[in-house]
Amino acid sequence: MVDVLVVGAGPAGLSAAIAVAERGKRVLVLDQGLRPGGQIWRHRQLASLPPHARAMIERALALGVVIANDARVVDAISPNELVIAFRGRIDRQPTRALILATGARERLLPFPGWTLPGVVGVGGLQALIKSGVSLAGARVVICGTGPLLFPVAATAVAAGADLLLVAEQASRGAVLGFGTSLLAKPEALLQAAKYRAVFRKAPFHTGSWITAAEGFGHVQRAVVNVRGKSVTFDCDWVATSAGLVPSTELAQILGCTTVDGAVDVDDMQGTSVGGVWAIGECTGVKGDLAAITEGEIAGRAAVGDVDGARAGSLQRRRNRGRMFGRRLARAFAAREELLQLATDDTIICRCEDVRRRDVDPTWTQRQAKLWTRVGMGECQGAVCGTACTAMFGWAANVARPPLGAPTVGEWGEELRNTAP
Amino acid sequence: MTPYVTITVNGVPHPVAADITLAAALLNIGVTAFRRDLDGLARGPVCGMGTCFECRVVVDGIANVRACLAPVRDGMSIESSA
Repeated sequence: MVDVLVVGAGPAGLSAAIAVAERGKRVLVLDQGLRPGGQIWRHRQLASLPPHARAMIERALALGVVIANDARVVDAISPNELVIAFRGRIDRQPTRALILATGARERLLPFPGWTLPGVVGVGGLQALIKSGVSLAGARVVICGTGPLLFPVAATAVAAGADLLLVAEQASRGAVLGFGTSLLAKPEALLQAAKYRAVFRKAPFHTGSWITAAEGFGHVQRAVVNVRGKSVTFDCDWVATSAGLVPSTELAQILGCTTVDGAVDVDDMQGTSVGGVWAIGECTGVKGDLAAITEGEIAGRAAVGDVDGARAGSLQRRRNRGRMFGRRLARAFAAREELLQLATDDTIICRCEDVRRRDVDPTWTQRQAKLWTRVGMGECQGAVCGTACTAMFGWAANVARPPLGAPTVGEWGEELRNTAP
Repeated sequence: MTPYVTITVNGVPHPVAADITLAAALLNIGVTAFRRDLDGLARGPVCGMGTCFECRVVVDGIANVRACLAPVRDGMSIESSA
Protein backbone atom coordinates (compact mmCIF):
# COMPACT_ATOMS: atom_id res chain seq x y z
CA MET A 1 0.00 0.00 0.00
CA VAL A 2 1.28 3.46 -0.90
CA ASP A 3 -0.20 6.76 0.24
CA VAL A 4 -0.43 8.16 -3.27
CA LEU A 5 -0.23 6.48 -6.64
CA VAL A 6 0.54 8.84 -9.54
CA VAL A 7 -0.08 7.71 -13.12
CA GLY A 8 2.27 9.51 -15.48
CA ALA A 9 5.81 10.82 -14.88
CA GLY A 10 5.60 13.98 -16.97
CA PRO A 11 5.89 17.46 -15.43
CA ALA A 12 2.46 17.19 -13.74
CA GLY A 13 3.04 13.73 -12.25
CA LEU A 14 6.57 14.53 -11.06
CA SER A 15 5.38 17.78 -9.48
CA ALA A 16 2.59 15.96 -7.62
CA ALA A 17 4.96 13.22 -6.48
CA ILE A 18 7.42 15.80 -5.12
CA ALA A 19 4.63 17.58 -3.19
CA VAL A 20 3.55 14.26 -1.67
CA ALA A 21 7.08 13.17 -0.76
CA GLU A 22 7.87 16.58 0.77
CA ARG A 23 5.02 15.90 3.18
CA GLY A 24 6.59 12.63 4.28
CA LYS A 25 4.16 10.33 2.50
CA ARG A 26 4.93 7.30 0.34
CA VAL A 27 4.39 7.86 -3.36
CA LEU A 28 4.73 5.57 -6.37
CA VAL A 29 4.74 6.93 -9.92
CA LEU A 30 3.85 4.67 -12.85
CA ASP A 31 4.95 5.57 -16.35
CA GLN A 32 4.77 3.90 -19.72
CA GLY A 33 8.02 5.49 -20.90
CA LEU A 34 11.52 4.18 -20.38
CA ARG A 35 12.64 7.20 -18.33
CA PRO A 36 10.80 9.84 -16.28
CA GLY A 37 9.81 13.13 -17.92
CA GLY A 38 6.82 12.23 -20.05
CA GLN A 39 6.67 13.29 -23.69
CA ILE A 40 7.85 16.86 -23.22
CA TRP A 41 10.93 15.88 -21.21
CA ARG A 42 11.65 12.67 -23.13
CA HIS A 43 15.39 12.07 -23.06
CA ARG A 44 18.16 9.51 -23.37
CA GLN A 45 20.70 11.45 -21.29
CA LEU A 46 19.53 13.46 -18.28
CA ALA A 47 22.20 16.06 -19.19
CA SER A 48 20.38 16.84 -22.46
CA LEU A 49 17.32 18.21 -20.61
CA PRO A 50 16.77 21.89 -19.76
CA PRO A 51 18.01 22.66 -16.20
CA HIS A 52 14.53 23.01 -14.65
CA ALA A 53 13.45 19.63 -16.02
CA ARG A 54 16.61 17.89 -14.85
CA ALA A 55 16.28 19.52 -11.44
CA MET A 56 12.73 18.28 -11.06
CA ILE A 57 13.59 14.66 -11.90
CA GLU A 58 16.60 14.77 -9.58
CA ARG A 59 14.52 16.33 -6.80
CA ALA A 60 11.90 13.57 -7.08
CA LEU A 61 14.55 10.84 -6.91
CA ALA A 62 16.37 12.56 -4.01
CA LEU A 63 13.11 12.65 -2.05
CA GLY A 64 12.73 8.89 -2.46
CA VAL A 65 9.92 8.98 -5.00
CA VAL A 66 9.71 5.54 -6.61
CA ILE A 67 9.23 5.78 -10.38
CA ALA A 68 8.24 2.54 -12.11
CA ASN A 69 9.09 3.00 -15.78
CA ASP A 70 7.86 0.74 -18.58
CA ALA A 71 4.70 0.19 -16.48
CA ARG A 72 1.19 0.23 -17.94
CA VAL A 73 -2.13 0.57 -16.14
CA VAL A 74 -4.40 -2.23 -17.35
CA ASP A 75 -7.53 -1.67 -15.26
CA ALA A 76 -8.91 0.04 -12.18
CA ILE A 77 -10.64 -2.17 -9.60
CA SER A 78 -11.45 0.98 -7.61
CA PRO A 79 -9.83 4.37 -6.92
CA ASN A 80 -7.82 2.47 -4.30
CA GLU A 81 -6.57 -0.38 -6.46
CA LEU A 82 -5.14 -0.38 -9.98
CA VAL A 83 -4.12 -3.36 -12.10
CA ILE A 84 -0.61 -2.81 -13.46
CA ALA A 85 1.49 -4.56 -16.11
CA PHE A 86 5.13 -4.30 -15.04
CA ARG A 87 8.19 -6.36 -15.94
CA GLY A 88 6.19 -8.99 -17.76
CA ARG A 89 3.68 -9.54 -14.96
CA ILE A 90 0.26 -8.21 -14.05
CA ASP A 91 -0.26 -7.23 -10.42
CA ARG A 92 -2.58 -5.17 -8.28
CA GLN A 93 -1.34 -1.97 -6.65
CA PRO A 94 -3.35 -0.68 -3.69
CA THR A 95 -3.19 3.00 -2.74
CA ARG A 96 -4.88 5.51 -0.42
CA ALA A 97 -5.14 8.22 -3.09
CA LEU A 98 -4.84 8.31 -6.85
CA ILE A 99 -3.54 11.15 -9.05
CA LEU A 100 -4.00 10.93 -12.82
CA ALA A 101 -1.39 12.68 -14.95
CA THR A 102 -2.00 10.75 -18.14
CA GLY A 103 -1.17 13.58 -20.54
CA ALA A 104 -2.32 14.14 -24.08
CA ARG A 105 -1.88 12.66 -27.50
CA GLU A 106 -1.99 14.06 -31.01
CA ARG A 107 -5.15 14.62 -32.99
CA LEU A 108 -4.27 12.88 -36.27
CA LEU A 109 -6.76 13.58 -39.05
CA PRO A 110 -6.91 11.38 -42.17
CA PHE A 111 -5.76 12.65 -45.57
CA PRO A 112 -4.79 10.76 -48.74
CA GLY A 113 -1.51 8.91 -48.15
CA TRP A 114 -1.40 9.36 -44.37
CA THR A 115 -0.84 5.63 -43.81
CA LEU A 116 2.47 5.64 -45.75
CA PRO A 117 5.55 4.90 -43.63
CA GLY A 118 7.39 8.17 -43.02
CA VAL A 119 4.17 10.07 -42.33
CA VAL A 120 4.29 10.66 -38.57
CA GLY A 121 2.84 12.93 -35.93
CA VAL A 122 4.53 16.25 -35.17
CA GLY A 123 5.06 15.19 -31.57
CA GLY A 124 5.65 11.73 -33.03
CA LEU A 125 8.64 12.99 -34.99
CA GLN A 126 10.06 14.61 -31.88
CA ALA A 127 9.49 11.46 -29.83
CA LEU A 128 11.24 9.34 -32.47
CA ILE A 129 14.21 11.72 -32.66
CA LYS A 130 14.54 11.79 -28.88
CA SER A 131 14.33 7.98 -28.91
CA GLY A 132 17.41 7.87 -31.13
CA VAL A 133 16.27 8.18 -34.77
CA SER A 134 18.87 9.87 -36.96
CA LEU A 135 17.54 12.35 -39.52
CA ALA A 136 20.96 13.10 -41.04
CA GLY A 137 20.33 14.35 -44.57
CA ALA A 138 16.63 13.46 -44.48
CA ARG A 139 14.24 15.91 -46.15
CA VAL A 140 11.46 16.77 -43.72
CA VAL A 141 8.16 18.65 -44.07
CA ILE A 142 6.30 19.65 -40.89
CA CYS A 143 2.62 20.59 -41.09
CA GLY A 144 0.88 21.04 -37.77
CA THR A 145 -0.41 23.62 -35.36
CA GLY A 146 0.34 25.39 -32.12
CA PRO A 147 3.42 26.11 -30.04
CA LEU A 148 4.71 22.53 -30.47
CA LEU A 149 5.73 23.29 -34.07
CA PHE A 150 8.74 25.41 -33.15
CA PRO A 151 10.54 23.06 -30.76
CA VAL A 152 9.89 20.10 -33.06
CA ALA A 153 11.27 21.99 -36.08
CA ALA A 154 14.35 22.94 -34.04
CA THR A 155 14.78 19.35 -32.83
CA ALA A 156 14.57 18.06 -36.42
CA VAL A 157 17.25 20.49 -37.63
CA ALA A 158 19.46 19.65 -34.66
CA ALA A 159 19.05 15.96 -35.61
CA GLY A 160 20.46 16.70 -39.05
CA ALA A 161 17.25 17.10 -41.04
CA ASP A 162 17.03 19.12 -44.24
CA LEU A 163 13.86 20.94 -43.17
CA LEU A 164 11.91 22.05 -46.25
CA LEU A 165 8.85 23.68 -44.69
CA VAL A 166 7.09 24.39 -41.41
CA ALA A 167 3.37 24.95 -42.00
CA GLU A 168 0.94 26.24 -39.35
CA GLN A 169 -2.70 25.56 -40.22
CA ALA A 170 -4.04 28.46 -38.13
CA SER A 171 -4.45 31.81 -39.86
CA ARG A 172 -1.85 34.56 -39.68
CA GLY A 173 -4.30 36.64 -37.65
CA ALA A 174 -4.82 33.87 -35.11
CA VAL A 175 -1.08 33.32 -34.71
CA LEU A 176 -0.36 37.04 -34.38
CA GLY A 177 -3.16 37.40 -31.85
CA PHE A 178 -1.75 34.52 -29.82
CA GLY A 179 1.75 35.99 -30.08
CA THR A 180 0.48 39.34 -28.82
CA SER A 181 -1.13 37.65 -25.83
CA LEU A 182 2.35 36.28 -25.01
CA LEU A 183 3.79 39.79 -24.56
CA ALA A 184 3.01 39.32 -20.88
CA LYS A 185 5.27 36.22 -20.99
CA PRO A 186 8.41 37.54 -22.70
CA GLU A 187 10.34 34.39 -21.80
CA ALA A 188 7.98 32.35 -23.99
CA LEU A 189 8.50 34.70 -26.94
CA LEU A 190 12.25 34.60 -26.38
CA GLN A 191 12.17 30.80 -26.38
CA ALA A 192 10.16 30.80 -29.62
CA ALA A 193 12.73 33.15 -31.18
CA LYS A 194 15.54 30.80 -30.13
CA TYR A 195 13.79 27.84 -31.76
CA ARG A 196 13.17 29.90 -34.92
CA ALA A 197 16.85 30.78 -35.07
CA VAL A 198 17.71 27.06 -35.10
CA PHE A 199 15.39 26.35 -38.05
CA ARG A 200 15.87 29.78 -39.70
CA LYS A 201 16.69 28.24 -43.10
CA ALA A 202 13.23 26.67 -43.43
CA PRO A 203 10.23 28.75 -44.52
CA PHE A 204 7.44 29.11 -41.95
CA HIS A 205 3.94 29.71 -43.29
CA THR A 206 0.67 30.25 -41.47
CA GLY A 207 -2.67 29.34 -43.08
CA SER A 208 -1.00 26.29 -44.67
CA TRP A 209 -1.67 22.57 -44.29
CA ILE A 210 -0.95 19.13 -45.75
CA THR A 211 -3.44 17.86 -48.33
CA ALA A 212 -1.81 14.58 -49.44
CA ALA A 213 1.23 12.35 -49.07
CA GLU A 214 2.40 10.27 -52.01
CA GLY A 215 4.88 7.46 -52.51
CA PHE A 216 5.29 3.73 -52.89
CA GLY A 217 6.17 1.82 -49.74
CA HIS A 218 7.31 5.07 -48.07
CA VAL A 219 6.41 8.73 -48.39
CA GLN A 220 8.21 10.40 -51.29
CA ARG A 221 6.21 13.61 -51.74
CA ALA A 222 4.09 15.91 -49.61
CA VAL A 223 1.39 18.03 -51.22
CA VAL A 224 0.82 21.13 -49.10
CA ASN A 225 -1.65 23.98 -49.42
CA VAL A 226 0.74 26.88 -48.88
CA ARG A 227 -1.36 30.01 -48.41
CA GLY A 228 -3.90 28.88 -50.98
CA LYS A 229 -1.44 27.43 -53.51
CA SER A 230 -0.82 23.67 -53.87
CA VAL A 231 2.92 22.99 -53.61
CA THR A 232 4.61 19.58 -53.86
CA PHE A 233 7.75 18.80 -51.83
CA ASP A 234 9.98 15.78 -52.50
CA CYS A 235 10.69 14.49 -49.01
CA ASP A 236 11.53 11.53 -46.77
CA TRP A 237 9.41 12.44 -43.72
CA VAL A 238 6.15 14.27 -43.23
CA ALA A 239 5.21 15.25 -39.68
CA THR A 240 1.63 16.34 -39.28
CA SER A 241 -1.05 16.75 -36.63
CA ALA A 242 -4.05 18.91 -35.79
CA GLY A 243 -3.18 19.65 -32.19
CA LEU A 244 -3.31 17.70 -28.95
CA VAL A 245 -6.20 16.01 -27.14
CA PRO A 246 -6.34 14.86 -23.50
CA SER A 247 -5.82 11.14 -22.79
CA THR A 248 -8.71 10.24 -20.51
CA GLU A 249 -9.09 6.45 -20.83
CA LEU A 250 -8.11 5.64 -17.25
CA ALA A 251 -10.24 8.49 -15.89
CA GLN A 252 -13.20 7.15 -17.87
CA ILE A 253 -12.76 3.64 -16.48
CA LEU A 254 -12.73 5.11 -12.97
CA GLY A 255 -16.00 6.89 -13.76
CA CYS A 256 -14.61 10.44 -13.72
CA THR A 257 -16.73 13.02 -15.53
CA THR A 258 -15.21 14.50 -18.67
CA VAL A 259 -16.21 17.78 -20.30
CA ASP A 260 -15.29 18.49 -23.93
CA GLY A 261 -12.93 15.52 -23.89
CA ALA A 262 -11.01 16.61 -20.78
CA VAL A 263 -11.22 15.30 -17.21
CA ASP A 264 -13.38 17.72 -15.20
CA VAL A 265 -11.69 18.95 -12.01
CA ASP A 266 -12.45 21.35 -9.17
CA ASP A 267 -10.16 23.96 -7.61
CA MET A 268 -8.26 21.25 -5.74
CA GLN A 269 -7.81 19.29 -9.00
CA GLY A 270 -10.26 16.75 -7.61
CA THR A 271 -12.30 14.76 -10.14
CA SER A 272 -15.96 13.80 -9.79
CA VAL A 273 -14.79 10.55 -8.13
CA GLY A 274 -13.69 10.78 -4.48
CA GLY A 275 -10.03 9.98 -3.92
CA VAL A 276 -9.07 10.66 -7.54
CA TRP A 277 -7.29 13.84 -8.61
CA ALA A 278 -6.33 14.78 -12.19
CA ILE A 279 -3.62 17.15 -13.36
CA GLY A 280 -1.82 18.34 -16.47
CA GLU A 281 -2.90 17.83 -20.07
CA CYS A 282 -5.53 15.16 -19.31
CA THR A 283 -7.58 17.99 -17.78
CA GLY A 284 -7.10 20.19 -20.87
CA VAL A 285 -4.01 21.10 -22.90
CA LYS A 286 -2.17 24.09 -21.41
CA GLY A 287 1.53 23.27 -21.29
CA ASP A 288 4.15 22.14 -18.81
CA LEU A 289 4.22 25.19 -16.51
CA ALA A 290 0.51 24.91 -15.74
CA ALA A 291 0.92 21.15 -15.33
CA ILE A 292 3.59 21.65 -12.67
CA THR A 293 1.31 24.00 -10.71
CA GLU A 294 -1.62 21.61 -10.94
CA GLY A 295 0.62 18.80 -9.72
CA GLU A 296 1.62 20.81 -6.70
CA ILE A 297 -2.02 21.50 -5.83
CA ALA A 298 -3.12 17.89 -6.27
CA GLY A 299 -0.11 16.49 -4.41
CA ARG A 300 -0.92 18.64 -1.41
CA ALA A 301 -4.65 17.94 -1.56
CA ALA A 302 -4.19 14.17 -1.91
CA VAL A 303 -2.32 13.94 1.43
CA GLY A 304 -4.74 16.21 3.26
CA ASP A 305 -2.80 19.49 3.09
CA VAL A 306 -5.93 21.31 2.00
CA ASP A 307 -4.72 24.73 3.20
CA GLY A 308 -1.53 24.29 1.20
CA ALA A 309 -3.51 23.34 -1.90
CA ARG A 310 -5.77 26.36 -1.42
CA ALA A 311 -2.83 28.78 -1.25
CA GLY A 312 -3.77 31.89 -3.20
CA SER A 313 -0.56 32.12 -5.21
CA LEU A 314 -0.86 28.50 -6.40
CA GLN A 315 -4.53 28.90 -7.24
CA ARG A 316 -3.91 32.12 -9.16
CA ARG A 317 -1.05 30.56 -11.13
CA ARG A 318 -3.24 27.56 -11.96
CA ASN A 319 -6.11 29.79 -13.07
CA ARG A 320 -3.76 31.72 -15.37
CA GLY A 321 -2.72 28.34 -16.81
CA ARG A 322 -6.32 27.44 -17.52
CA MET A 323 -6.83 30.78 -19.28
CA PHE A 324 -3.70 30.15 -21.34
CA GLY A 325 -5.14 26.76 -22.31
CA ARG A 326 -8.37 28.37 -23.51
CA ARG A 327 -6.41 30.89 -25.60
CA LEU A 328 -4.38 28.04 -27.11
CA ALA A 329 -7.52 26.11 -28.02
CA ARG A 330 -9.11 29.17 -29.63
CA ALA A 331 -6.06 30.30 -31.61
CA PHE A 332 -5.10 26.86 -32.93
CA ALA A 333 -8.49 25.18 -33.43
CA ALA A 334 -8.33 22.79 -36.39
CA ARG A 335 -9.74 24.55 -39.45
CA GLU A 336 -12.74 23.10 -41.28
CA GLU A 337 -10.65 22.20 -44.36
CA LEU A 338 -8.61 19.69 -42.31
CA LEU A 339 -11.76 17.72 -41.54
CA GLN A 340 -12.52 17.19 -45.23
CA LEU A 341 -9.18 16.00 -46.62
CA ALA A 342 -10.06 12.28 -46.69
CA THR A 343 -11.32 11.03 -50.06
CA ASP A 344 -13.62 7.98 -50.49
CA ASP A 345 -10.58 5.74 -50.70
CA THR A 346 -8.73 7.14 -47.67
CA ILE A 347 -8.37 4.76 -44.72
CA ILE A 348 -9.83 6.39 -41.62
CA CYS A 349 -9.42 3.50 -39.14
CA ARG A 350 -5.77 2.54 -39.47
CA CYS A 351 -6.07 -0.66 -37.41
CA GLU A 352 -9.10 -2.16 -39.15
CA ASP A 353 -8.46 -0.56 -42.57
CA VAL A 354 -11.91 1.03 -42.72
CA ARG A 355 -12.13 3.55 -45.55
CA ARG A 356 -14.01 6.82 -45.66
CA ARG A 357 -16.54 5.38 -48.12
CA ASP A 358 -17.31 2.50 -45.71
CA VAL A 359 -18.88 4.79 -43.10
CA ASP A 360 -21.86 7.10 -43.19
CA PRO A 361 -21.42 10.21 -41.03
CA THR A 362 -25.14 10.14 -40.19
CA TRP A 363 -24.60 6.90 -38.27
CA THR A 364 -23.87 6.98 -34.57
CA GLN A 365 -20.41 5.97 -33.46
CA ARG A 366 -21.87 2.73 -32.13
CA GLN A 367 -23.57 1.84 -35.40
CA ALA A 368 -20.34 2.52 -37.25
CA LYS A 369 -18.42 0.24 -34.89
CA LEU A 370 -20.90 -2.60 -35.23
CA TRP A 371 -21.10 -2.38 -39.02
CA THR A 372 -17.49 -1.63 -39.95
CA ARG A 373 -15.26 -2.28 -36.89
CA VAL A 374 -14.08 1.33 -37.06
CA GLY A 375 -12.30 2.07 -33.76
CA MET A 376 -12.17 -1.58 -32.67
CA GLY A 377 -8.57 -2.41 -33.51
CA GLU A 378 -5.37 -2.41 -31.49
CA CYS A 379 -5.39 1.33 -30.73
CA GLN A 380 -8.99 1.10 -29.47
CA GLY A 381 -10.00 4.24 -31.32
CA ALA A 382 -7.20 6.40 -29.93
CA VAL A 383 -6.49 7.62 -33.47
CA CYS A 384 -9.69 7.21 -35.52
CA GLY A 385 -12.10 7.79 -32.63
CA THR A 386 -10.59 11.23 -32.09
CA ALA A 387 -10.66 11.89 -35.84
CA CYS A 388 -14.30 10.75 -36.25
CA THR A 389 -15.40 12.93 -33.35
CA ALA A 390 -13.84 15.92 -35.10
CA MET A 391 -15.03 15.00 -38.61
CA PHE A 392 -18.51 13.60 -37.98
CA GLY A 393 -19.40 14.86 -34.51
CA TRP A 394 -19.63 11.28 -33.24
CA ALA A 395 -19.51 10.68 -29.51
CA ALA A 396 -16.02 9.98 -28.20
CA ASN A 397 -14.94 6.35 -27.98
CA VAL A 398 -15.88 4.83 -24.63
CA ALA A 399 -12.82 3.40 -22.92
CA ARG A 400 -13.07 -0.17 -21.68
CA PRO A 401 -10.59 -2.34 -19.82
CA PRO A 402 -8.12 -3.80 -20.39
CA LEU A 403 -6.03 -0.75 -21.28
CA GLY A 404 -2.44 -0.89 -22.46
CA ALA A 405 -2.73 -4.07 -24.55
CA PRO A 406 -1.69 -6.64 -21.93
CA THR A 407 -0.42 -9.95 -23.29
CA VAL A 408 -1.57 -13.40 -22.27
CA GLY A 409 1.95 -13.97 -20.95
CA GLU A 410 1.63 -11.00 -18.61
CA TRP A 411 -1.64 -12.32 -17.20
CA GLY A 412 0.32 -15.25 -15.78
CA GLU A 413 1.70 -18.70 -16.37
CA GLU A 414 -1.53 -20.36 -15.25
CA LEU A 415 -3.50 -18.58 -17.96
CA ARG A 416 -0.92 -19.52 -20.57
CA ASN A 417 -0.99 -23.15 -19.45
CA THR A 418 -4.74 -23.61 -19.35
CA ALA A 419 -5.19 -23.36 -23.13
CA PRO A 420 -7.20 -26.38 -24.37
CA MET B 1 31.99 6.16 -27.08
CA THR B 2 28.42 4.99 -27.50
CA PRO B 3 27.93 1.46 -26.25
CA TYR B 4 26.37 -0.87 -28.79
CA VAL B 5 24.21 -3.98 -28.65
CA THR B 6 23.45 -6.43 -31.42
CA ILE B 7 19.90 -7.10 -32.53
CA THR B 8 18.81 -9.53 -35.24
CA VAL B 9 16.28 -8.18 -37.73
CA ASN B 10 14.65 -10.74 -40.02
CA GLY B 11 17.66 -13.00 -39.51
CA VAL B 12 20.35 -10.37 -40.10
CA PRO B 13 22.43 -9.10 -37.13
CA HIS B 14 22.86 -5.33 -36.73
CA PRO B 15 24.87 -3.35 -34.16
CA VAL B 16 22.73 -0.52 -32.74
CA ALA B 17 23.23 2.12 -30.03
CA ALA B 18 22.36 0.63 -26.64
CA ASP B 19 20.25 3.51 -25.29
CA ILE B 20 17.66 3.85 -28.05
CA THR B 21 14.21 2.37 -28.61
CA LEU B 22 13.59 -0.54 -30.94
CA ALA B 23 11.61 1.77 -33.25
CA ALA B 24 14.59 4.12 -33.53
CA ALA B 25 16.95 1.19 -34.14
CA LEU B 26 14.77 -0.28 -36.90
CA LEU B 27 14.34 3.11 -38.61
CA ASN B 28 18.10 3.76 -38.44
CA ILE B 29 18.76 0.31 -39.97
CA GLY B 30 16.43 1.28 -42.82
CA VAL B 31 13.39 -0.84 -42.00
CA THR B 32 10.33 0.92 -43.43
CA ALA B 33 7.66 -1.80 -43.17
CA PHE B 34 7.21 -2.58 -39.49
CA ARG B 35 3.93 -4.34 -40.29
CA ARG B 36 1.59 -4.68 -43.27
CA ASP B 37 -2.07 -3.74 -43.52
CA LEU B 38 -4.88 -5.91 -44.93
CA ASP B 39 -3.88 -4.94 -48.48
CA GLY B 40 -0.26 -5.87 -47.82
CA LEU B 41 0.87 -2.26 -47.75
CA ALA B 42 3.66 -1.17 -45.41
CA ARG B 43 3.04 0.66 -42.15
CA GLY B 44 5.56 2.25 -39.81
CA PRO B 45 5.73 4.29 -36.59
CA VAL B 46 3.43 7.32 -36.32
CA CYS B 47 2.93 8.58 -32.76
CA GLY B 48 6.24 7.47 -31.24
CA MET B 49 4.63 7.10 -27.80
CA GLY B 50 2.64 3.86 -27.76
CA THR B 51 -0.75 5.22 -28.77
CA CYS B 52 -1.23 4.27 -32.43
CA PHE B 53 0.09 0.67 -32.47
CA GLU B 54 1.43 1.11 -36.03
CA CYS B 55 5.00 0.11 -35.12
CA ARG B 56 4.17 -3.34 -33.78
CA VAL B 57 6.65 -6.09 -34.61
CA VAL B 58 7.41 -9.63 -33.43
CA VAL B 59 10.11 -9.64 -30.73
CA ASP B 60 11.60 -12.98 -29.66
CA GLY B 61 8.47 -14.73 -30.92
CA ILE B 62 6.05 -12.40 -29.11
CA ALA B 63 3.68 -10.62 -31.50
CA ASN B 64 2.33 -7.06 -31.31
CA VAL B 65 5.24 -5.52 -29.42
CA ARG B 66 5.20 -1.75 -29.84
CA ALA B 67 8.70 -0.94 -31.07
CA CYS B 68 8.44 2.68 -29.90
CA LEU B 69 8.04 1.59 -26.27
CA ALA B 70 10.61 -1.21 -26.28
CA PRO B 71 14.25 -0.58 -25.38
CA VAL B 72 16.81 -2.47 -27.50
CA ARG B 73 18.41 -5.41 -25.76
CA ASP B 74 21.49 -7.40 -26.78
CA GLY B 75 20.46 -10.57 -28.60
CA MET B 76 16.92 -9.35 -29.35
CA SER B 77 15.43 -11.03 -32.42
CA ILE B 78 12.88 -9.05 -34.43
CA GLU B 79 10.60 -10.01 -37.26
CA SER B 80 9.15 -7.13 -39.21
CA SER B 81 7.32 -7.21 -42.52
CA ALA B 82 10.13 -5.56 -44.46
